[in-house]
Amino acid sequence: MAAAAENLRTEEIQLNMGPQHPSTHGVYRALLTLDGEKVVGVENIIGYLHRGIEKLAEDRTYTQVIPYTDRLDYLAGMLNNLGYVQTVEKLMGIEVPERAEYLRVIMAELSRLASHMVMVASMALDLSGWTAWFPPFRERERILDLFEMACGSRLTVSYMRIGGVAADIPPGFLPALESFLNDLPRMIAEMNGLITGNEIFIARCQGVGKIDLETALAYGITGPNLRACGLPFDLRKARPYGIYDRFEFDIPTLNNGDSYDRFVIRLLEMEQSARIIRQAMDQLPEGPVQAKVPRVIKLPRGEVYHQIEGAKGILGFYLVSDGGSKPYRLHIHSPSFVNLGALPRISIGGTVQDFVVNIASIDIVLGEVDR
Amino acid sequence: MTVEGIFTGIAAYLRGFLAGAPPWVVTLAMGVLYLIGVLAFIFLNALYLIYLERKISAYMQQRIGPNRLGPHGLLQSVADAVKLLGKEDIIPRGADRWVFIIAPILIFIPATMLYAVIPFGKGMVPADLNIGVFYFLAVASTTTIAILMGGWGSNNKYALLGSMRCVAQMVSYEIPLTFSILGVIMLAGSLQTSQIVAAQGKVWYILLQPLAFIIYFVAATAEVNRAPFDLVEGEQEIIAGPYIEYTGMRYALFYLSEYANLVSVSALAVTLFLGGWQGPWLPSWLWFLIKVYIMIFIFMWVRWTFPRIRIDHLLSFNWKVLLPLSLANILVTGVGIKIYQLLTLGRW
Amino acid sequence: MDNFIQELQRLFPDLEVREGADMPALVVPADQLLALMAELKEKRGFNFLADLTAVDYPEDKRIEMVYHLLSVPGMAEIRVKVNLDRQQPEVPSLTALWPAANVQEREAFDLMGVKFPGHPDLKRILCPDDFAGHPLRKDFRLQTEGGE
Repeated sequence: MAAAAENLRTEEIQLNMGPQHPSTHGVYRALLTLDGEKVVGVENIIGYLHRGIEKLAEDRTYTQVIPYTDRLDYLAGMLNNLGYVQTVEKLMGIEVPERAEYLRVIMAELSRLASHMVMVASMALDLSGWTAWFPPFRERERILDLFEMACGSRLTVSYMRIGGVAADIPPGFLPALESFLNDLPRMIAEMNGLITGNEIFIARCQGVGKIDLETALAYGITGPNLRACGLPFDLRKARPYGIYDRFEFDIPTLNNGDSYDRFVIRLLEMEQSARIIRQAMDQLPEGPVQAKVPRVIKLPRGEVYHQIEGAKGILGFYLVSDGGSKPYRLHIHSPSFVNLGALPRISIGGTVQDFVVNIASIDIVLGEVDR
Repeated sequence: MTVEGIFTGIAAYLRGFLAGAPPWVVTLAMGVLYLIGVLAFIFLNALYLIYLERKISAYMQQRIGPNRLGPHGLLQSVADAVKLLGKEDIIPRGADRWVFIIAPILIFIPATMLYAVIPFGKGMVPADLNIGVFYFLAVASTTTIAILMGGWGSNNKYALLGSMRCVAQMVSYEIPLTFSILGVIMLAGSLQTSQIVAAQGKVWYILLQPLAFIIYFVAATAEVNRAPFDLVEGEQEIIAGPYIEYTGMRYALFYLSEYANLVSVSALAVTLFLGGWQGPWLPSWLWFLIKVYIMIFIFMWVRWTFPRIRIDHLLSFNWKVLLPLSLANILVTGVGIKIYQLLTLGRW
Repeated sequence: MDNFIQELQRLFPDLEVREGADMPALVVPADQLLALMAELKEKRGFNFLADLTAVDYPEDKRIEMVYHLLSVPGMAEIRVKVNLDRQQPEVPSLTALWPAANVQEREAFDLMGVKFPGHPDLKRILCPDDFAGHPLRKDFRLQTEGGE
């Protein structure tokens, strides 16, 4: 028996998880080194969706870049639109009409809601909570319907323009938005009943993929993932852009920084987004939705870095202009890309099943990771 | 011929044809007939349980489910089966060819054999063995080997992970499963399924052995790899595990035996805990089927409600919770029987 | 803000300060970058590496590294720039200060060809490993199939 045990040897295996795998949320590949079920090494392999948007932007006029931004974080197109047009406006120094500002806030927060809904749904699904997938997607459908009403597109919206928005909202929009907001608490309650309080879900997520605040900051983690570590850091509050200083809302924080908190914080943030939208609806003024901008937009020489609070974290645009009608250089700082960089750090030591939970809980979108 | 005796009547009628033949011919012929009957039962069940599962999950998830092919989508599963039969049969180049080919057959054989000892109705046990329950457990446990063969033979890392999980899970959960059944056997005093049913004439064992029933239910869910214990397939992690490389009919055999096992563990639960075929007014086999489908519905309900458990939680739950509980159950049952004997018979 | 920059200039005599539209930019020689960043991070509260990228200026024969630092939660921002030789762009890696720099430096290496001595695993990240050239350089031409 002892001799047999001496002859036994164990070996680590390398497992390519992805690029075709149901839980990698896109064409992402993780090269896992496994000791049995335990993950001892993770290497991120990305770039399968690299379209070179930064390079393409150098050959497009400022307005023509807007549709490309939809394709970054395609689950929250409005937020990318917002980040980009605000960057251009900042360098251009133009005023946006009041009504357009409010519409932007409504659309941006709806986008955030849609993105968080996809996150909670797919995280539940990645834990095999099939039924919990449906309530968020049912409600998200209504957000996409609202987008369709406003701009004709559901996913790649291209709604924002430099100096305003593409079109005013149609008459039926506000009542539909109202009824959506009224139904939102029911969906959150459904999710809490189905999954948040489930014993198995809690056992699988609590303490999994834990990261403390200091490490999270060092790794550049932002957005809900950082707020789940206990820091109430939200650009909408910390340095309001647009008209975010006019709204009253809280920044929910949780303290454990594990997958469970990253999940719950999204549900909490949904409520706050709904609050902002309600206030924006009440304050929505009449007026034009587009400022006067020249037909050919030329930016003064210079550079600008603008950050907004995206759905997944801080979304930054660094724009260099040489005075022409096209960006000289447009760099996109995408939160998913940086958050994904911390995935190996938080996943080593867990099991394969934990790894799946970790991917889901940091909420990556490969369109944004690869750009 | 009454409704009650419809199946036993058919069997007797067919036996009449063979009146002049030597006894072994009769036994063999009847055995083949029973096998055909059981196979038809399994196939029909699998087809319509898939349909049922899709419909039930759909209604739980605010969907409609299959509704295109045939009335209410009733022919959907038939079409799926035909499609699976027409699929290309792929054997991966790196696979261990024979192990890969044999595994789906090996998994289907025990799934069929289990039905030999199920009392479908009054006097309707295909083979009324006096060690029926023991036979059931012994045959059921061989499924592990087939899944391990499939996982190993596929020469795929996900399949390997899945089959390792399978061995860890099924071997450990067999123990509380067996121990939970022991309580029933102590009460009935027999391993013969027909006698266990007969012993529940006055009171069903679920009332006398509620804890054992719960343990049986949990362990059986793990034995047939259904959510929340479907770690073997774990499609969000190891993408169908041992079945990942299988296509067409080979894959269908795995699928079929999965549903066959679901029916057989439900049938055993009915036999051991829910009074088997006994019930008023309706024919016995109908009672049996009703109870089985109620059990299956509960299995499905659980599947579409709970997320998947993690492998280490799964094993620690088994060894630290289920096993001690089932042992305690045996102790309590033994003491209870003795006290009962003391009270009723006045002796130990 | 101003006297803080003057203090920095006293510490780093080679530091050049440029006013920007949104925030001041500190231009520093490559060999002093690490010291400046450490000073900013440890003593001045710029604890968060908000962004790291590179811009190509072929006319000036230089590649400019651009870092954006943020103080959390104070929300002060600062831009740090390093001018590099376009033929041999090399700048010390910041991974020791901020692990967040890891993937972003790999991106700059991949797309712009900047080398980061001290980086633990400097290899391509978005383009395939056998890709030739650095796509974000201005002389990298986009070609369509059969076109120019």
